[in-house]
Amino acid sequence: MGISFENLEELIELVNNVHGFDLRGYTRASLKRRITRIMELYRLDFSSLKDNLVNTSGFFNRFLTEVTVNVTEMFRDPAFYGTLREEVFPYLATFPHIKIWSAGCSSGEEAYSLAIMLKKQGLYDRSFIYGTDINAKMLERAKQGTIDLRKMKTYSDNYLQTASGESLSEYYAVRYDAAIIHHDLRKNMLFSIHNLVSDGVFNEFQLVTCRNVLIYFDLTLQQRVLNLLYESLALFGFLCLGSKESLRSESLKHKFRLINKKQNIYQKIA
Amino acid sequence: MFEMLKVFPENLSIGVLVIIHRNPKYETNIEESIRSKCRIMVKVAEEKERIKPATAYFAPAGYHLLIEPDRSLSLDVSEPVNFCRPSIDVTMQSVADVYGASTTAVLLSGANQDGAKGMQSIQQAGGLCVVQRPEYAEIKTMPEAAIALGAAELLLSDEELIAFGQELNNHILKSDQSWRN
Repeated sequence: MGISFENLEELIELVNNVHGFDLRGYTRASLKRRITRIMELYRLDFSSLKDNLVNTSGFFNRFLTEVTVNVTEMFRDPAFYGTLREEVFPYLATFPHIKIWSAGCSSGEEAYSLAIMLKKQGLYDRSFIYGTDINAKMLERAKQGTIDLRKMKTYSDNYLQTASGESLSEYYAVRYDAAIIHHDLRKNMLFSIHNLVSDGVFNEFQLVTCRNVLIYFDLTLQQRVLNLLYESLALFGFLCLGSKESLRSESLKHKFRLINKKQNIYQKIA
Repeated sequence: MFEMLKVFPENLSIGVLVIIHRNPKYETNIEESIRSKCRIMVKVAEEKERIKPATAYFAPAGYHLLIEPDRSLSLDVSEPVNFCRPSIDVTMQSVADVYGASTTAVLLSGANQDGAKGMQSIQQAGGLCVVQRPEYAEIKTMPEAAIALGAAELLLSDEELIAFGQELNNHILKSDQSWRN
């Protein structure tokens, strides 16, 4: 099973025409893998996939859930979080209110990681974290604040590597096979739908993280989304990209100061 | 693998993708340490970068490496495949989609079956699949898995692999079938 690049273009057009959902700026190689995976998952050939997308109510939502990459970890790249604590948080601490946007948050692991770091540094009570994604099912999971206990082992190891000097277990309770994030860590958080491709600025932030999202977009769309992130930042706010992503354009580079090259952290200066 | 990279001529007319399994938790700088010993350019693959001839692109640890239809590179952090990210299967399947019959794939020593299905995709697309003879491999599992799938068109010893690398341009220029009996 699988589809050709021609089929893929046809599908992108269909999804745009029928559902008004724009996948045109997505990188094709990755999208092709995701769609092949959906076809295997639901045992569909190309024509029945199209048929379902047009005629089966609710199928598009399931399609959308699977079409995006939802792989995430708490404290993924521990060195990134270490840098954040040492080079960004002291500056954030000077703002009276700290608004943070985790863009493309999937099931919320990054947002919760940030909440834990803020708590540890005594900044949580004047912070508010927005987690957004296009994937409603993943956002539901994020809102619940429960994490598969089997994954917590990896996350605890990650957290130890950030040199926080404490255990992750301070922040959750165990119920059966789930870790439930403490309620006081969830009160200043909001998860909601936002599409980086089609939605605009919705608030002004002191810190925006958008990590490993741009890699799924072509260069034109990357530039558009980077502009959206720029416009969503307060002056002297910070932007964190994935370690393999970049600001791309010279005009945008002039508006940011590089804070940490390796961890890809920037500060808006103009 | 490094011996093969070292013998590629500086005027190599194709680009080379290198996938090695490594743990993203430990930093390695294989690319840097081998660069000065190679006649072709050696670098870490960057997303949206166009593939150039005489250049070897290493998949970064923690990312799958894919090829776009416009022959640029892209990265992906979706689920590991065969417990691996980067996965050889993922890259090879993507290369087969874009380069088809003009692909040459080489599978060397390794501790799991990653790569066998990828070799099969390249074979089905008409590309040339070269596998290190298991008796020469440090760990036989990977070459053996490809052989078991019938995806090894050429089985080469280490000496033959070196010769193959040295003469790679000739084979490509002739688009030649001489390695095929």
